[in-house]
Amino acid sequence: MSDHPGFIKKYIFSTDHKVIGIQFLISSLVFMVAGGLLAMLMRWQLGWPGQPLAFMEKIAPEGMPGGVMVPEYYNMLFTMHGSIMIFFGIIPLLVGAFGNYLIPLKIGAPDMAFPKLNALSFWMFIPAALIVLSGFFLEGGAAASGWTAYPPLSALKETMGIGQTMWVAGVIVLGFSSIFGAVNYIATILNLRAPGMTFHRLPISIWMLFTTAILTLLATPVLAASMVLLLLDRTLGTSFFLPAGMIVNGEMLAHAGGQAILWQHLFWFYSHPAVYIMILPSMGFVSDVLPTFARKPIFGYKAIAYAGVAIGGVGFMVWAHHMFQAGMNPALGTTFMISTMVVAVPTGVKIFSWLGTLWRGSIRLRTPMLHALGFISMFLIGGLTGIFVASTPVDMLLHDTYFVVGHIHYVLFGGSLFGAFAGITFWFPKMFGRMMGERLGKIHFWLTFVLFNVVMFPMFVLGIGGMPRRIYDFTQYAGLVHFLQINRVMSLAAFGLMASQFLFAFNFFWSMFLGKKAGDNPWEATTLEWTVPSPPPHGNFAGPVTVHCGPYEYSVPGAKKDWTMQTEKSLGKGH
Amino acid sequence: MLLPESASTYAPRVDQLFWIILGITGFFFFLVQACLLLFILKYRDRPGQKASYVHGSTLVEIVWTVIPALILVGLTIASQKVWAEIRYPSLAPATSLQVEILAEQFAWNVRYPGPDGQFETPDDISTINQLHLPVGTPVKIHLRSKDVIHSFFVPEFRMKQDAVPGLPQQIWVEASKAGQFEIRCAELCGLGHYRMKGFVTTEPLAEFQAWLTETKANE
Ligand code: HEM
Ligand SMILES: [Cu+2]
Ligand SMILES: [Cu+2]
Repeated sequence: MSDHPGFIKKYIFSTDHKVIGIQFLISSLVFMVAGGLLAMLMRWQLGWPGQPLAFMEKIAPEGMPGGVMVPEYYNMLFTMHGSIMIFFGIIPLLVGAFGNYLIPLKIGAPDMAFPKLNALSFWMFIPAALIVLSGFFLEGGAAASGWTAYPPLSALKETMGIGQTMWVAGVIVLGFSSIFGAVNYIATILNLRAPGMTFHRLPISIWMLFTTAILTLLATPVLAASMVLLLLDRTLGTSFFLPAGMIVNGEMLAHAGGQAILWQHLFWFYSHPAVYIMILPSMGFVSDVLPTFARKPIFGYKAIAYAGVAIGGVGFMVWAHHMFQAGMNPALGTTFMISTMVVAVPTGVKIFSWLGTLWRGSIRLRTPMLHALGFISMFLIGGLTGIFVASTPVDMLLHDTYFVVGHIHYVLFGGSLFGAFAGITFWFPKMFGRMMGERLGKIHFWLTFVLFNVVMFPMFVLGIGGMPRRIYDFTQYAGLVHFLQINRVMSLAAFGLMASQFLFAFNFFWSMFLGKKAGDNPWEATTLEWTVPSPPPHGNFAGPVTVHCGPYEYSVPGAKKDWTMQTEKSLGKGH
Repeated sequence: MLLPESASTYAPRVDQLFWIILGITGFFFFLVQACLLLFILKYRDRPGQKASYVHGSTLVEIVWTVIPALILVGLTIASQKVWAEIRYPSLAPATSLQVEILAEQFAWNVRYPGPDGQFETPDDISTINQLHLPVGTPVKIHLRSKDVIHSFFVPEFRMKQDAVPGLPQQIWVEASKAGQFEIRCAELCGLGHYRMKGFVTTEPLAEFQAWLTETKANE
């Protein structure tokens, strides 16, 4: 490689893990904005069912003729909202962006083990997203069978158009992208740690990214395989998920021999671990942020690390808790209720350990810390509401209602996304060499925190009251009409929530160029990424790195300053 | 409050579990949020505030692992009892009353076997989107789907069961009070999913039988 790579080589087809991380960061945030805008349209329809939205007539003449939404379009909206948020928003943000950016820097490596594979992973992610989104521009519109794509609905040409085929194809491409990334993370963490960086000295974020990579590697091939089967059912007339005797539009179909709920087993075998893929990294970021801003070692390092691994392990045995009412043998319901209750235990351990970290600290309420505290507070609600739906009889009422939609958002938005905000605001100075605006950051946090709760908390009440999810017009049901007012309030708050995110975007790009210069270690943190310049040069570390102590040596008695870098010897007992 | 009215014999059992879980999770909710707030206020980095160098405490960690674990075991056992009673075929109440519900895009086809107790005979009684059930008698429901997956959901019964093509289901319900309720499809089944609505009428046995006779006469 020449000393002065051109713009394209340096910023577009780069193999530097930091550039790839930032590419993932910015593209996943862009996709999340797109996903958020789709949610705004849903919120319009839920707050003002059937009312025209004049300007949409131009943008989506078929979906919203005269500005009035048609039911098919609503189905496309929540399908694409969910798919974008999960596959092209949260997963690439947490795993793609932070995994790439942080792993080498935090373990003391110059780059990833396989830089080219890494670049390939990013360059498969973008086409995957474009393939899935292309459905909006094709005959019949985008996929509309939910992000879970249950057959027969998703498998039949009679019920879903070409957009669904593109969705399946895109998700397969994305699967390979994830697998490449995971192989890389595992190889890097196992082989490229600096001397002295034992597993028990790894920052918790690395533990969580490592567990996540293992989950990805084991679960994603199952997703890819089931997607291939679905694709075959859709295109070549096979019947993996299609039983005999189906009558659609008055005609008996030729399919026979398949089983509809087989898909659900395969899909959730991936997608439940995927739920942990979407939360463990955020748990890791929060575990890095809390000690830094509480100036205290993390409480119960090993418990937190191994609780994460336990969540990952047990996470493979809970998939059918999504299927309690799906028609499987009720004894299986019992089995999966037990495993699901088991998974709640290590989750509780983590929450208590974070509280323990705050206890007797010296808490600096900077923006990353606010997001980390918001994470604990909101993820707690996500976790606790999970216990309702883990109880098989209570799930009979709550399954597939807005209670579940509330639960999803408290985990994925309240948890994963707040964790990601904590991570972005925390590592932004390292990535771009400048601080993010603190005032704007705090305003963004408070608006997001408050409005998020106004949008999402009432969902629990709607669900308990019997309002099914994925419903274009709930006022069809006489028993749900009285929920109209509350839905309007939720919608108004949602518009405010979306608008608040542009404050963040503004802060992000403004600070990138005009923020205060950061210096190497603006937060007075201890881990290896804070020993190098901001932004770090190509190759990261100027010379060999040796690690002498654990990652959270704050306020060590007798030390000159209240943080001891991992490259220094600690006077305390933090090995 | 919160929950819809209850209209089946097992609804109160489900509700009881719901309230127990709400109580327990509510307790932990307030406990954690209160600690969080307290710690943030008490341990702010005021001048002179010094963090202590603590790495953990095995005892505390064991306590907060074991106590939630025991509570969850209790919840699992309590849930399993209700679940088995509602779902395990071996524990279903004996009954001679049967009804078949065939879901299709976007309607509920209801069929009663008629006086001979057999389906597929001339005395069958069929309706669309109108399910009548007697109060105080368990009824066995045969649930099937003609096309894609739907889900039979009557919030007041606390009953939800997917109707899966190729995989017939049997559930039962015993209505506990007379009234009119909605069947809401709870599994996305296509563009008309939102309007896949049916009605359940629960009424005294005599009225139910009169309704059957009248419906047959009008066929
Ligand atoms: C801007 C804030 C957001 C709003 C107002 C919003 C709103 C909604 C609504 C109303 C639904 C239910 C649609 C229905 O069932 O009819 C939904 C579904 C969903 N949302 Fe969001 N959402 C937001 C952000 C997010 C985020 C950040 C994520 C994930 C990271 C997310 C993930 C999902 C998923 C997975 C579903 C289920 C989709 C499906 O049923 O197939 N949402 N959202
Ligand atoms: Cu799950
Ligand atoms: Cu439906």
